[in-house]
Amino acid sequence: MKWIAAVLFAAVLVLLPSFAGDFYINLASQILIAAIFALSLNLLVGFGGMTSLGHASFLGVAAYISALLTSRYGFAHGPAAIVSIAGTTAMAAVFGVIALRASGLGFLMITLALSQVLWGLAYRMSNVTNGDNGIAGLTRPMPFGASLDSAASFYWFALAVASVAFLMMTTFVSSSFGSSLKGVRDQPRRMAALGFNPWMIRWITFIYAGFWGGVSGLLYVYYNKYIHPSSLSTTSSAEALLGVIAGGSGTLSGPIVGATLVLLLKNYASAYVERWNMLLGVVFLFIVLVMPTGIVPGLSKLQSRGRRSQ
Amino acid sequence: MQFWIIQGLNSLSLGGLLFLLSSGFSLIFGLMRLANLTHGAFFMLGTYFGATAMRAYGGLSIWAVALGAGVAVAAIGGLFERLVLTRLKTNPLGQVLVTLGMSFIISDACLVLWGGDSIPVPTPQSLRSPTRFFGFVFPTYRLVLVGCAIAAAISLYLLLERTRLGAMIRAGVDDGQMARAVGIPVSNLFTIVFCLGAGIAGAGGVLGGPILSAYPGLDGDMLPLALIVVILGGIGSLLGAFIGSFIVGFIYTFGTALFPELAYIILFLPMILVLAFRPQGLLGHLGA
Repeated sequence: MKWIAAVLFAAVLVLLPSFAGDFYINLASQILIAAIFALSLNLLVGFGGMTSLGHASFLGVAAYISALLTSRYGFAHGPAAIVSIAGTTAMAAVFGVIALRASGLGFLMITLALSQVLWGLAYRMSNVTNGDNGIAGLTRPMPFGASLDSAASFYWFALAVASVAFLMMTTFVSSSFGSSLKGVRDQPRRMAALGFNPWMIRWITFIYAGFWGGVSGLLYVYYNKYIHPSSLSTTSSAEALLGVIAGGSGTLSGPIVGATLVLLLKNYASAYVERWNMLLGVVFLFIVLVMPTGIVPGLSKLQSRGRRSQ
Repeated sequence: MQFWIIQGLNSLSLGGLLFLLSSGFSLIFGLMRLANLTHGAFFMLGTYFGATAMRAYGGLSIWAVALGAGVAVAAIGGLFERLVLTRLKTNPLGQVLVTLGMSFIISDACLVLWGGDSIPVPTPQSLRSPTRFFGFVFPTYRLVLVGCAIAAAISLYLLLERTRLGAMIRAGVDDGQMARAVGIPVSNLFTIVFCLGAGIAGAGGVLGGPILSAYPGLDGDMLPLALIVVILGGIGSLLGAFIGSFIVGFIYTFGTALFPELAYIILFLPMILVLAFRPQGLLGHLGA
């Protein structure tokens, strides 16, 4: 049953452009990008027990590097993508060293401070980043000569990247390394006593999460063809964190569900109310107070209860 | 020479403002183990209250306005603590997320109520003329601001070290469970400290108004500075917050004056140095 459902779901995803209009295809592309971003954050929050409020740093920096290299320094998209991902991953390594000096709330505060510093930099260094105007007029890459300018072709591109991302992050979590990560999350001292190095495990996870954050940033800038400092803001980090927590942190599909909901809410609500930030705040309060474990764990609890009563 | 002295004074006054902001943050963190991300929004709310009150009633003294705004922000903080935070006592992550959500709500509400343009807060008439000192000219208001921060630091110190309430707070910081066991009403202390911290931030917002003026995004500008102060000084330490505030005040002011575009990066340096050599902060305890 499960396999049939999965195959059907995959078929719907692949064939979506054949029955949906451009608006929905674009919405789906945005969901895919947000899902990769939320999945990478979930590696930290859900599986590593490291709640980061600065994950937008990786999305924003990857997007900015790619935007600057292609628009200002005449790089082709391929090399620009490689430099941008490599740079973002290196930055994650450095940020990891800084932020992992602390744990718990200290970690959260350091990641928040670091990302706010980057946000301020993007705003103030206007001769490089163009400040509040952002960098416009960017192009999408042409992998193997295929244009990604139509909604459908970009959607398939994003779907391919998202599938690889999902598979690789799932493998990461279910590998023996993933088990040791969960061990470090729950019992760091016992893990240390068993001969594991908790710091190293956390650091590697931080870098890996930064890498996928960077990948989502590349897709983000390809999709929008525009980048603005707000992509580095706390709001952007908080949206992703809300997605992870609303969907259910520490589950594989939770962040995807959560990111989808946040994005749909953002798209539909902003058609009616102008106040997205306020709504985001209210939703935060609601989720934390009403369903702290998230939607996916809540649903599976309901399901198992249903089975038991049968 | 004038440049260095003026910038030095600017650093001191920014440091003073940061102390008003971060002392409350640090107290709340020390007692409640709660990173209150609403703190920047409380500060901004204070500035907006101050700007509105001074514009509506031109004759009001800034001290009365600061007191009033402090009380108003403290009341909002107290309501938030009682209605929301107490429900999440066993869920520290949830508490942080709720304070983040609350900060979004407050800052967006400010945008609705006061619009996107910045609103200046007038410098009090009596403090407008510059002070002359050894042939150098100082803006009087900034000198007064430094004095305010020092006065606040001394009063907070006396409150914590010399009163019964302070002794109960210190007991709660050191060992909350034990304090409860000997009959100290720790959850009431939570509310008191949260109100106190929010109130100082709100009053600080008014006092900072003449320098910063009220604008949307003020909360986002101030919160990271407060976070860096607290990371530097040590979480939960009042003296640490005091020292950290002035370090950040100096680095940020001189950084902005000398390397305007890199000021934010220069803020990294002390934070990285402290985290590398003393991850608990200059004056923090390892346990905090």
